[in-house]
Amino acid sequence: MTAALVHIELTADGAPTDAAAELLGAATVLGEPVAVITVAPGSDTAALVAALGRAGAARVVVAEAAEVGSVIATPQVSALAAAIDREQPSVVLLAHSVDGRDVAGRLAVRVGGALAWDAVGVTRDGDRVVAAHSVFGGAYATTSTIEGGLPIVTVRPGAIDARAAAVEAPAVERLTVEVSGAAATIESSTPVRPSGRPELRTAKVVVAGGRGLGSPEKFALVEQLADALGGAVGASRAAVDAGYIDHAAQVGQTGTTVAPDLYIALGISGAIQHKAGMQTAKTIVAINTDASAPIFEVADFGVVGDVFTVVPQLLDALQSRRSA
Amino acid sequence: MRIIVLIKHVPDTWEERVLDPATGRLDRSASERVVDEITERALEAALALKDSDKSIEVVALTMGPGESTGAIKKALSMGADSGIHLVDDALAGADAMTTAATIAAALRDAGADLIIAGNESTDGRGGMLPAMLAEHLGLPALTFISDLVVEGGRVRGERATETATSVVSAALPAVVSITEGMPEPRFPSFKGIMGAKKKPVASHSLADLGLAADATPRAASVVLSCEPRPGRTGAEPIVDDGSAGQRLADYLAQQRLV
Ligand SMILES: Cc1cc2nc3c(=O)[nH]c(=O)nc-3n(C[C@H](O)[C@H](O)[C@H](O)COP(=O)(O)OP(=O)(O)OC[C@H]3O[C@@H](n4cnc5c(N)ncnc54)[C@H](O)[C@@H]3O)c2cc1C
Repeated sequence: MTAALVHIELTADGAPTDAAAELLGAATVLGEPVAVITVAPGSDTAALVAALGRAGAARVVVAEAAEVGSVIATPQVSALAAAIDREQPSVVLLAHSVDGRDVAGRLAVRVGGALAWDAVGVTRDGDRVVAAHSVFGGAYATTSTIEGGLPIVTVRPGAIDARAAAVEAPAVERLTVEVSGAAATIESSTPVRPSGRPELRTAKVVVAGGRGLGSPEKFALVEQLADALGGAVGASRAAVDAGYIDHAAQVGQTGTTVAPDLYIALGISGAIQHKAGMQTAKTIVAINTDASAPIFEVADFGVVGDVFTVVPQLLDALQSRRSA
Repeated sequence: MRIIVLIKHVPDTWEERVLDPATGRLDRSASERVVDEITERALEAALALKDSDKSIEVVALTMGPGESTGAIKKALSMGADSGIHLVDDALAGADAMTTAATIAAALRDAGADLIIAGNESTDGRGGMLPAMLAEHLGLPALTFISDLVVEGGRVRGERATETATSVVSAALPAVVSITEGMPEPRFPSFKGIMGAKKKPVASHSLADLGLAADATPRAASVVLSCEPRPGRTGAEPIVDDGSAGQRLADYLAQQRLV
């Protein structure tokens, strides 16, 4: 079986990101899942290798590169290029994340591969790797393949449910990598602090607020409901632009695409660009004072009402249900 | 200093966007084309630099069919000094690899100190072209940045990933891609619109770029299938009569969502 290389992104603490388990799960149907990690020379990788084994890596390529963490993308690109040279894989999988996209783009040019991006599924059809995509906010389902070169596929975080069986002690191969290519310098870096809430892209419940919340202080109502439901906090672009919340919370065309079991839109009109990021949610609830708001066109349960009266009542009702 | 801004003509996100089910390509007749807003922001970033240093030259570059001259005209009317249009029938349906190779060929001898692009287009949503160009050109890339400062021959910005927020920088020349965190684009002034007509626009075919139509990258992405998915229909909303919060809680419980 040929190798399916999986690029593992690491958090500031040096642990694999949540994408690792999804990518390794996806890789098992394509070939032998081989994780590639890029670390500073001399790093202790025992815990990391064990974690990747639990996530299903049959083998782990540990690439040591001097510039890791101090420049953007090129250490990982050089590591993957070296791993490709050695493993002759049939596919390379990466997360469709900010760093993953930089690495994938450069890698495709460097090794003469081609790209399939933002895949929501991957399968093998004979010799071909087939990627499934959800286009224009879910209005189309398409599939694509790569011809004439190595498929380099980025996978949408949260889209893959398959998980690989744990591997007790994955074989480790060490590579020393010469980093090549001009790169931007990372001058300083602050890790994202965990919010204590689930990650927006993969959350089962998302509670999102829009301009209708009116101020950053009042936006707290969105967070309150999210916490009551154990969900993530989302927002419309107008709410982000108004400074109610950070851009990372933006759902839509130019924000995050989410497909939770439950999406609750509070004070969001439902502009087409917002819907593009959430209309594949299983159940959509909307609360809006304007009965003609387009969000109601996609809502399974809509309330024409004021979020500042409906949501507190909802919170009370949830509370008494819980204590009942 | 010479800044080249990459702009893209895309179907208007305010309309329904249509794919041709046979090819999986955009149905160009189905919706109006506009300059992708994120690339207008990229242009705004360049024009803001030019506002404080008139010696800066701003060039708008696009790859696309004949009608994409509309995108260049818009850029010129906003304040770009000149335009470059990469246009060739052989580029119809070009994938990312071909697009990157073509734009890189045009940039190679264009003498840009700074190349600014949007982080991701609203139609393709790949978000990889800037990194691909940087790789082709042997340049550093500051991708997904939400502010941009050029100072002492370096470009610097803030870059947020899923795991960290960083300050990143590179010596010029460099490739930059910007996010929506950057300021909104200016509107073309009347003077700008009138002046745009006199600004030069160079048009290059693949042959002009020294790329034969069959010399594009060997590996390519191919669409296999394309299916429209049924739209969603909402239920009639209830009007709050003082009990909507309670009724919503009941609904969520019924649906086993709480
Ligand atoms: C290229 C492009 C990309 C875009 N990308 C995105 C994107 O990714 N995500 C996104 O969201 N938008 C995006 N937009 C913007 C989009 O067009 C809308 O402007 C935006 O979604 C509006 O946000 P909103 O619904 O919060 O604000 P508004 O449209 O102003 O709606 C506010 C709503 O709140 C309701 N309201 C007010 N007070 C209350 C109350 N007390 N209780 C209940 N309801 C109340 C109002 O009736 C109204 O419907 C994009 C636009 C463009 C051009």
